[in-house]
Amino acid sequence: MDQNDLRSIVTVLAFLTFIGIVLWAWSGKRKQAFDEAARLPFSEDDAPAADGARKEGKTS
Amino acid sequence: MDNQATYNYKVVRQFAVMTVVWGIVGMLVGVIIAAQLVWPELNLAEWLGYGRLRPLHTNAVIFAFGGCALMATSYYVVQRTCHTTLFAPGLAAFTFWGWQAVIVLAAVTLPLGITSSKEYAELEWPIDILITLVWVAYAVVFFGTIVKRKVPHIYVANWFYGGFILTVALLHLVNSCAIPVTLTKSYSCYAGVQDAMVQWWYGHNAVGFFLTAGFLGMMYYFVPKQAGRPVYSYRLSVVHFWALIFTYMWAGPHHLHYTALPDWTQSVGMIFSLILLAPSWGGMINGIMTMSGAWHKLRDDPILKFLITSLSFYGMSTFEGPMMSIKTVNALSHYTDWTVGHVHSGALGWVAFISIGSIYYLMPRLFGKEQMYSVKLMTAHFWIATIGVVLYIASMWIAGVMQGLMWRATNPDGTLTYAFVESVKATYPYWTIRFIGGLMFLTGMLLMAWNTWKTIAGAKAYDAPVLAPAGHHA
Repeated sequence: MDQNDLRSIVTVLAFLTFIGIVLWAWSGKRKQAFDEAARLPFSEDDAPAADGARKEGKTS
Repeated sequence: MDNQATYNYKVVRQFAVMTVVWGIVGMLVGVIIAAQLVWPELNLAEWLGYGRLRPLHTNAVIFAFGGCALMATSYYVVQRTCHTTLFAPGLAAFTFWGWQAVIVLAAVTLPLGITSSKEYAELEWPIDILITLVWVAYAVVFFGTIVKRKVPHIYVANWFYGGFILTVALLHLVNSCAIPVTLTKSYSCYAGVQDAMVQWWYGHNAVGFFLTAGFLGMMYYFVPKQAGRPVYSYRLSVVHFWALIFTYMWAGPHHLHYTALPDWTQSVGMIFSLILLAPSWGGMINGIMTMSGAWHKLRDDPILKFLITSLSFYGMSTFEGPMMSIKTVNALSHYTDWTVGHVHSGALGWVAFISIGSIYYLMPRLFGKEQMYSVKLMTAHFWIATIGVVLYIASMWIAGVMQGLMWRATNPDGTLTYAFVESVKATYPYWTIRFIGGLMFLTGMLLMAWNTWKTIAGAKAYDAPVLAPAGHHA
């Protein structure tokens, strides 16, 4: 087996890995975890503070 | 809760302010060299000539303006989405001062004519070593922060920032490999066509990772935040990330069509460039669809105007790029001003717009203000910059296609219809329009600087408290 066979194998493996990632991302059981992840930037309120005041970063 | 830990905003503030400063410097040099093409007598001195200022322009806008924007936003986003302060704050400070030193060294050496002559990697070997040190420190701070995160998940923006940091490290190390001869002169480790291929493997991935992946990290944080709704499809963002990772690395050969590079390599580069259209547009659609149901906010929010317009330009230039990588199209477009127009539709329309929008988002938050000093000035900035970009790219399209057609035109007896200088003469009006477009874009940046100055002058630096672990806050 010369090194070009190795290169072909790596390319095919990379492609299969990518297909695997797509299937994983669209599998039903990931849905809830992804929905939570998408809300990560909103788990905090970082509205701009009032002038100079060091107020708490959260409102409720 | 007076002594509650706060996020490390200091380094974010430093990079955010320098983004505006270097943006103005880099774009001013761009306007100067645009003027030199129209009025060649402006090549006043050796060190002020077009050939020396052009790499200064590209380095300043990509690595100084773009680099500072990326570091400012990545340090902000990684802290806020990991709910923890920056790892190794001393190293973070080093990345700021080290990066500024690299920029100043570039601004000194390039006009002096000290260059490795590799496009977008012109800096000589001692500066390359400093870049490596700063970059390793940047990676340690960024990934260290991710390791100490207080949330289980690593938010998608951090994946993009992380991919950008790792890949740029790899690109820089491989492409900058050189044998030093003196302190200011080195020769590339590679020779001939290998040197060309390594250079454009670097060059295109600098576009793909420095100018794309990092800024997509910005998109995945600041677009949802400013729109007030989570990203349209999180699973699409995951596939978007991996699709970019798996395909971008192969696209470089399209810079070397019809050269000594083996033909099959050129074809592989072209095919992967065409495949890239899919992840690029997937990402763009994901960003733009995040606005669905919130489109009315676009009416009076200049930050959203910048962010969403940047995605439109991203979509446009990532459609144009694959088309230009097709060999028959490239036969017309290569070496013409079409390429220059394409680059600027990406650099001004996408990279600069998303950076400007993100910096406008950050500035008040970093200085304890409700809002930027003037929303009207931000809107004025948006319109003047948008018209500037459109003038720039439209004039370059026309100029580029015209040049390509003139260069390939032949008489019935096989001789060339036009001498090269005739195509130069025909391009003057378009170079003038491009100069005006660039000047407008620079004017917008000056408005931003004024607005920033009025926002932060006299304001106290503000560091937001670190979010308490989930369940602790009512």
